[in-house]
Amino acid sequence: MAEQRSPVDGAPLVTLYDEELPPDNSYAFSPEELEEDEMILNMGPQHPSTHGVLRVELKTDGEIVKDARPHIGYLHRNFEKHAENIDYQGVIPFTDRMDYVGSMGNSLAYALTVEKLLGIGVGERVAGIRVITAELQRIASHLLAMGTYGMDIGAFTPFLLCFQQRERILDLFEWLCGARLLYNYNWVGGVSHDLPEGWTGKCRRFLDEFVPVLDEVDKLLSHNKIFIRRTADIGIITPEMAKDYALSGPNLRGSGIDWDLRRDDPYLGYENYDFNVVVATSPHGPVGSCWDRYFVRVREMYESVKIVRQALDRLPAEGDVHENVPRFVRPLAGEAYCRSEAPRGELAFYIVAENKKPIPYRVKGRSPCFVAMGLFHEITRGEMIADIIAIIGSLDIVLGEIDR
Amino acid sequence: MSAASIIERLAAHLGLEEGSFESDAEAKDPWIRIRGDRLVAAAEFLKADPELDFDTLHCVSGVDWPGDDPPAIEVVYHLTSLTHKHWIVLKTRVPREGGSLPTLETVWKAANWHERETYDLFGVRFEGHSDHRRILLPADWPGHPLLRDWEWPETWHKIPVKPGRQMTERAEGGQMTGVGPFD
Repeated sequence: MAEQRSPVDGAPLVTLYDEELPPDNSYAFSPEELEEDEMILNMGPQHPSTHGVLRVELKTDGEIVKDARPHIGYLHRNFEKHAENIDYQGVIPFTDRMDYVGSMGNSLAYALTVEKLLGIGVGERVAGIRVITAELQRIASHLLAMGTYGMDIGAFTPFLLCFQQRERILDLFEWLCGARLLYNYNWVGGVSHDLPEGWTGKCRRFLDEFVPVLDEVDKLLSHNKIFIRRTADIGIITPEMAKDYALSGPNLRGSGIDWDLRRDDPYLGYENYDFNVVVATSPHGPVGSCWDRYFVRVREMYESVKIVRQALDRLPAEGDVHENVPRFVRPLAGEAYCRSEAPRGELAFYIVAENKKPIPYRVKGRSPCFVAMGLFHEITRGEMIADIIAIIGSLDIVLGEIDR
Repeated sequence: MSAASIIERLAAHLGLEEGSFESDAEAKDPWIRIRGDRLVAAAEFLKADPELDFDTLHCVSGVDWPGDDPPAIEVVYHLTSLTHKHWIVLKTRVPREGGSLPTLETVWKAANWHERETYDLFGVRFEGHSDHRRILLPADWPGHPLLRDWEWPETWHKIPVKPGRQMTERAEGGQMTGVGPFD
C-alpha cells in the first residue's frame, strides 16, 4: 500500500492537502508564553451556548479565565462587496440576513438610509406599519434573548414559554409578508404588503394574551434567587467602558446610561409615542451586570407593547403602501449615514452614492453586536468558565450580524 | 452645538486656516476632512473638549477611490456625543499604496475592532495598533476584498470561491433584481 501523507501527526485520515497547510494564526495566545498551571482552551465554534458560530479562545488557570479572545468571521459573506454589484433595492434581502432573528430592524435601517440619501419620506400609514413591525420584531428578538439566556444558565421552562409567544409573532409576520424569518418587508419608500384584513385584530389579541405570559416568565426567571446569584455580579460593564466601546441598545442602557435613539434622535415619528426608556436600576448588584442587561430587555418588551398598541390605535385606515416607492433608485452623488434602534442596539448603514447610478458605490453596515464583542475580553477577565456562557448570553449577540 | 460651530471650533484648535481644509456643514451628515497626521490631535480634542464631548466613536468605514488623483482610500469616522446629542463625521485620506494612519485606539477603545476590519477589507495599516491582525477573513486570504480592483481568486485551498454569475451587468442595464412592486 502506498504511503499516505498525513500533514497532522496522529491524524491518519487527514490526507486532503497536497499543498502546505495555511499558516496557523488562529490562536492569539501562544503555548510558550503560558505560565505554570495555565492552559489554552477553545470554546466553540460549535458550542451550543455561543449563539452561532463564535469561537472563544480562553487562557485558563483551572476554572478561572485569565484572558479571552473571540474569533469571528465564520459566517462572513461580505454583503458589502455584494452590495456594490446590485441595485439599491436588491441589497435589502442581504441586510435581512445580517441579524437573522431581527430582520425587520435591518431592512428598516437600510430603507431609512436610502430614503435619507434620496431625500424622500414615507406616508403616515407606512410609518405606522413600520413602527408596529419593528416593535413586534423587538419583542420577538428579546423573547429569544430571554428564553435562550435562561436556557444557557439552566432554566428550561422560560425558553418554552418565550418561544411559544415568539412563534405567534412569526405567524403574524408570515401572514403579513409570507416569510417567517427573512421578510424583505421594508422597501425603499414603503413596505412590501399592506396589512391584511383582520391583521390588526389578531395583533391586538396577541398583545392582550402576551402580557400575562410575560408577567409569568418574568416572575419565573428574573427574580429567581438562583438566576440572580448566577448573573447579578458578573460581566460588569461600567458606564465609562460602555461609552468608550460605543455600546448601544440594551447593552448600553444596562450600564445605566439613559440613551435611546427612538427618543433622542427620533425617526418614523417615534417622538409622538408615549413610552419610557428603560435604564438599568441594578437592585441586586453593581450596575452593568449581566442581570441588568437581561432585565432591560424584559422591561423593554412592556414598552414595545405600549408602542404597538398606540400605533395600532392611530394607524390611518387608508393609504397606499407603495405610494412613495420609487420606480428607479438613482440618487445624486453623496453619502448618508442613518442610525436606528434595532433590537440589539444601534444599527446604522453608511451608503456612498455615485451620481445617478443604480447601484451603490459603497454600503457599510455598522453592527451593534460587532461592537459589543469588541469589549468581550475586558469583561471576562477573572471570571469562571461557566460564567463566560452567562456573559455571552447577556450581550445578546447574533453572529450573522457580527460577521456580515 | 450646530455642525458649523463644531467644525469651526475644531479648525480653530488645530490651527487650520479658512480654505485650507474641506468641510461641509450643510451636508446630510456634516463632515470635516483633515490630514492623517492631525488625526490623533483632532480626535483627542473632540473627546476632551467639554463643549464638544464626543464620547463615542460610532463607526469607522473605508471607501476606496482608485480613480481619484492621487488614488486614495478614505477612512470615515462617525462620532456621537451622548451628552450633547450631536454628531460629526471626521474624514481622512490615505494613499492607496503603502499608506498608513495612526490608530485612534488610544482615544476610543471602540476603534480597535473597527480598525482591524478596515485593515482586513481595505489593507489600510494603523500605526500603533495593539492587535493588528485580520478579523473577518482567514490570514492567508488573497488581498483585501473591498478594494474596487480586487479580483476573485478561482479557488482558495482548492475550494471554488469565484461566483458563477455577476449581477453587475444586469443592474447596470437598469434591470431590476426582483425586489419591488414593478418587477
